[in-house]
Amino acid sequence: MNTVATITDTSTSTRSVLPIYLLEAKYEFLRVLRNPSFAVPSLLFPPLFYLLFGLILNRGSANAAHYLFATYSVFGVMAPGLFGFGIGVAIERERGWLALKRVAPMPPGAYLLAKMAMAALFALIIYLVLAAMAYFFGGVHLAAWQWPLLGLIAVLGVLPFCALGLLIGSRVNASAAPAFVNFIYLPMAFLSGLWMPLSLLPAFFSQLAPLWPAYHLAQLALAVIGHGDGSAMLPHIVMSIAFTALCFAIARRWLARTA
Amino acid sequence: MTNADAVAVLAQARKSYGKVVALDGVDLQVRRGEVLALLGPNGAGKTTAISLLLGLLQPDGGEAQLFGMQPQALDARRRIGAMLQTTGVPETLAVGELIELFRSYYPRPRTVADIVELAGVADLLTRRYGKLSGGQQRRAQFALALAGNSQILFLDEPTTGLDVEARATMWKTIRKLAREGCAIVLTTHYLEEAEALADRVSVLARGRIVASGSVQQIRARVAQRRIRCLSRLAENAIAAWPEVRSVARDGEHIEIITDAAEAVVRQLLFEDTTLSELEVKRAGLAEAFVELTREAA
Repeated sequence: MNTVATITDTSTSTRSVLPIYLLEAKYEFLRVLRNPSFAVPSLLFPPLFYLLFGLILNRGSANAAHYLFATYSVFGVMAPGLFGFGIGVAIERERGWLALKRVAPMPPGAYLLAKMAMAALFALIIYLVLAAMAYFFGGVHLAAWQWPLLGLIAVLGVLPFCALGLLIGSRVNASAAPAFVNFIYLPMAFLSGLWMPLSLLPAFFSQLAPLWPAYHLAQLALAVIGHGDGSAMLPHIVMSIAFTALCFAIARRWLARTA
Repeated sequence: MTNADAVAVLAQARKSYGKVVALDGVDLQVRRGEVLALLGPNGAGKTTAISLLLGLLQPDGGEAQLFGMQPQALDARRRIGAMLQTTGVPETLAVGELIELFRSYYPRPRTVADIVELAGVADLLTRRYGKLSGGQQRRAQFALALAGNSQILFLDEPTTGLDVEARATMWKTIRKLAREGCAIVLTTHYLEEAEALADRVSVLARGRIVASGSVQQIRARVAQRRIRCLSRLAENAIAAWPEVRSVARDGEHIEIITDAAEAVVRQLLFEDTTLSELEVKRAGLAEAFVELTREAA
């Protein structure tokens, strides 16, 4: 998050930075674990949504439960990145903790990776809960290879949302961040077809959809479970990576300027 | 003084926030083993000056250097420690855990035992940061600043909120570190702190250094002296004398600040033959500081 020069210095340093990365991740984990008022709602929110809209209100439609399992997995993994980074970074930036860490010779990558690892862990937990609900209550049965592949998409899928969250956290103040994140989270979920297929909406929404990172992730997830629109997966992967890189690049500039 | 001795340098540093000029061409040099106190009223630019040296801000003009490098350089940051004014340390981590984390950032950290002793945090190690009192949190932040075994320490109002004992511990540690060759930059509102610790004082007012030197030199810059006595005379009568700058009552005593102590004393003794407990002192840093910042206004 500092200058390019700093990041180069870190990687060429002879001293191993691995212990720093591990400690940073350990304490990020403990910090979140000891604050259950943040962790528990973040973990419960997506499964409750799926329970209500994916299972209860769609009672009887195995097809809908199937489709919604994939898209709610995406909905679930959006949250840890957006909230963890969006709110976490905003608070730590505003209260000066980030400044103190930047003064200390902390490798910026350690800070980011620790938070990403947390988001990925949350995403994995959310995915496993959703998968269990889908299997036991939704009648969703997938081939043995589909479960872990979807899980992999869920875990890697946190990255675009970590990047977007970082972008929000580097600009928006701590008190406004939760509202701001929700303002992006919920509309994007709808516009990306996570709650209902875009084909049920006016064509305009489908044309707009490629703008949203959640749409690309959803297309990948749907392709895995055989609900894809038949388009190639590569463009969605490329778009996800491009979106992630763009957000990280902008956030780094913003963070460097607004110490 | 040559640049080679200086571990931290600001050269004609300028910084504005929009239309507000925070620093207007500030020169500052900090040498090994010296304690430099930055004094000045709120908004004078103390924290901005420190932020430039820490690499948290970029100067609009001029230069900021640490060990002859850009302050953002990793090699420079490995040799500094800092206590900032606002530090929202994660509340759910224990002090000992925070120390472990900060030690990991540095190539040659201080031992935990040393940090604990120097910062006086033995009683806090297992306690979570969020459960500490304000003064205890300050001590924990001091411990983090010491973790790296740095060659220069930046302490932005370090003793704010500390009790007498904790402040004494911190003063003792600051003196010890300076003796060992560590440079220390200190901002403070407590003038007695600067008087007690600083080898050199720089006074900032409205983004400029208005005075720089030893505590004695800064005091000498100001001709003022303080007269203290018991007298029947009314304060407002004394205040009307041309040489008198200000009069204040301190319990039974009257305190007069003046540039011409001899003339005022002569007048006092002439008008009040019962006057007693007469004392004349050169003004302390507090008065010098008020005077210097007023001139700059």
